[in-house]
Amino acid sequence: MSTAANIPPQFEIVDRPLDTQMTISMGPQHPSTHGVLRLELVLDGEMVIKATPDIGYLHTGMEKLFEYKKYQQGIVITDRMDYLNPLGNNLAYVMAAEKLLALEIPERAQTIRVLMCELQRIASHLVWLGTHALDIGAMTVFFYCFREREKILNIIEAASGGRLTPSYFRIGGLMMDLPSGFERRVNQFLEKFPKSLDEFHTLLSGNKIFQKRTQGVGRISAEDAIDWGLSGPCLRGSGVNLDIRRANPYSSYEQYDFEVPTEPDGDVWSRYMVRMREMRESHKIVQQALSRLKPGPVKADAPKVVLPDREAMKKHMDALIHHFLIVTEGFDVPAGEVYFPIEASKGELGVYMKSDGGPKPSRVHFRGPSFVNLSALPQMSEGEMVADIVAVIGSLDIVLGEIDR
Amino acid sequence: MESGVDNTPLSSQAEGNNIQTPSQMVAAFEREHPEWVSSTVTAYGEITVIVPREHIAEACTFLKTWPEGRFDFLADLCGADRGVEEEPRFEVNYHLFSTTKHHRIRLKVLLNEDDPHVPTVTGVWRTANWHERETYDLFGVIFDGHPDLRRILLPEDWQGHALRKDFPLRGYEPYSLK
Amino acid sequence: MGLENIIAEALPEVLTTRLDSLINWARKSSLWPATFGLACCAIEMMNATSSRNDLARFGSEVFRASPRQADVMIVSGRVSRKMAPVLRRIYDQMPEPKWVISMGACATSGGVFDNYAIVQGVDKVVPVDVYIPGCPPRPEMLIHAVMMLQDKVMKESVRDRRDIPEEEAREAVVPGTLPVTDGSTARQNTLPESRPYTIASRHERRRSS
Repeated sequence: MSTAANIPPQFEIVDRPLDTQMTISMGPQHPSTHGVLRLELVLDGEMVIKATPDIGYLHTGMEKLFEYKKYQQGIVITDRMDYLNPLGNNLAYVMAAEKLLALEIPERAQTIRVLMCELQRIASHLVWLGTHALDIGAMTVFFYCFREREKILNIIEAASGGRLTPSYFRIGGLMMDLPSGFERRVNQFLEKFPKSLDEFHTLLSGNKIFQKRTQGVGRISAEDAIDWGLSGPCLRGSGVNLDIRRANPYSSYEQYDFEVPTEPDGDVWSRYMVRMREMRESHKIVQQALSRLKPGPVKADAPKVVLPDREAMKKHMDALIHHFLIVTEGFDVPAGEVYFPIEASKGELGVYMKSDGGPKPSRVHFRGPSFVNLSALPQMSEGEMVADIVAVIGSLDIVLGEIDR
Repeated sequence: MESGVDNTPLSSQAEGNNIQTPSQMVAAFEREHPEWVSSTVTAYGEITVIVPREHIAEACTFLKTWPEGRFDFLADLCGADRGVEEEPRFEVNYHLFSTTKHHRIRLKVLLNEDDPHVPTVTGVWRTANWHERETYDLFGVIFDGHPDLRRILLPEDWQGHALRKDFPLRGYEPYSLK
Repeated sequence: MGLENIIAEALPEVLTTRLDSLINWARKSSLWPATFGLACCAIEMMNATSSRNDLARFGSEVFRASPRQADVMIVSGRVSRKMAPVLRRIYDQMPEPKWVISMGACATSGGVFDNYAIVQGVDKVVPVDVYIPGCPPRPEMLIHAVMMLQDKVMKESVRDRRDIPEEEAREAVVPGTLPVTDGSTARQNTLPESRPYTIASRHERRRSS
């Protein structure tokens, strides 16, 4: 029992001889855990013997909220899940609902969806790169990445009105068409971006310190990676060539020409290289999407599901009635269940949506890639030094909003 | 429950040993182990196989190593509450994916409210560990044989299972520090 | 908390005006935030520190990881029930003078998430000085909030932040004053009951404040 006067009574002192092993809590408030993640580390000196993630500090009950909101109201909530890749979350939710409704999306809407999602992928990888490099010690890269990211956020804001929470997609198409001058903006960004990527490579890839801190650290083999359910760049960094955009294509991705980068080693360096190469591939896809843009409708032809144009609503009675009904009562989705996976920037983001025939879903479950990637952290980090844990967490690219939902 | 559903046994539609499509694969699965398949549902381009709960671990092990299936990736394991009045009340969905063949299948286990026990599949795919903990946390489904079944998202001392339909949206009391 | 308090208690009130201005100017010009980024607003906070909207020019030069070295805690993001005791503990570890900016709709009032998991407003856990609406607020809004906080700091008196006995501390009405420094608040879990006042911005200054 505590005999010192100042120690609060709920803490007792347990007298024990000095162990070599100690348990520390890399707590929820920590500069390098990329959010509110708590790791219980059992250390022997500097070496990690056991690492147990403790999550739930950002649990928001989003899955329960979906059941109380109509389908189109749920789109807003999906933004806040993986907040670095909100358009990806929107896309997964919206496409799952469209699969249930069996809607056909016009080509222009699909092209714009691909364009925005790939821009969002670049933005997400830029934050990953900035924070990962910052954790390892390279502070300049952080500021450079956020400078590039501001350009992308401006583009997304021009199209949808929101920098970080755009909610740009709707069930049946897009919120509205692209503004004028959009292509010029995107071209401006696309011209300068490869040079910035080369700058990052100069700063990081050739840097001996960065190489020494990342090569050979946090290894996971391909079989273990598949067993633990890793997906996305974490899986491709272990040599498995799997990309949902190629395996189960969606939203006209099969028409685009891009490579799927893989690296054989399975360590932090491989995952870093995979993501850097992915940024280049996304750049290619955006260029292709921009050249494919043709004028056309951006909303599906389903007046009971898709909001009519505002001009039509102001002039025609049936459009007004449809608008009113969709906004106040929602639309009935036929009963059924779907699982729709997309390739988000972190991995396989799957939406399991179950409907029982009403305007609100009966169950929506998001399979967050970061949730599953983090569960492999103990495998990757046991036997590493404490400082390497920071590198491993950075390379997993976790976002706590997606883990805790 | 689902509209547009084709409940005829798929084995009557199969064509010999030449397995090309997912429905043929499921038909072959049904032929080999009919006691593991309660029924199948094909809708929206997806195949759902309803498996009785005592056989789920064996079915998963079989599907993982079966050359026609090769489902080495457990994409998702989630629970659902069908409704307070429904019988069976809970269901657990296993979404399987094959990294080599790129096909998907859903296995479903139906559970009653008073006996929500399911054998664990952590031995088949290690990724099921956290998914099952989450399903336990949010629904109260107990996975027999799980190495470490405790709450993962809600605080350790939380009462109740949050995603059940009879748990109110706003919880039972507002937050206060005391 | 040391020399200026001794001086403030020793000198009559009129002479502390110059001292107040000097000390408040020093405090407001170097408000170092503690890293308390929770969710999406944290990314906008990071954007506010990046080179386009540079928060460092307003004095927030570094974000200190240790709350012991920080002045202001910017609660950015939704606070879940599991996180709320952690938030309170970090707040208690910050030494006086300390302020809290509640950034975003979720920290201010629960935001979009009116459900079992989110604390409906971080002022149920810590006393808040400035509230920022938005989901997420633009980085410029965070900079405006820091400037509002600087205005508020300038209006304080050195007498506001001194060690007062525990019973008086429990009745403290003005937020941002947590004068007990012997760790007893960590044991007590006192709930701040008052509503903090707001500072009118420059173009809507009111006579009575």
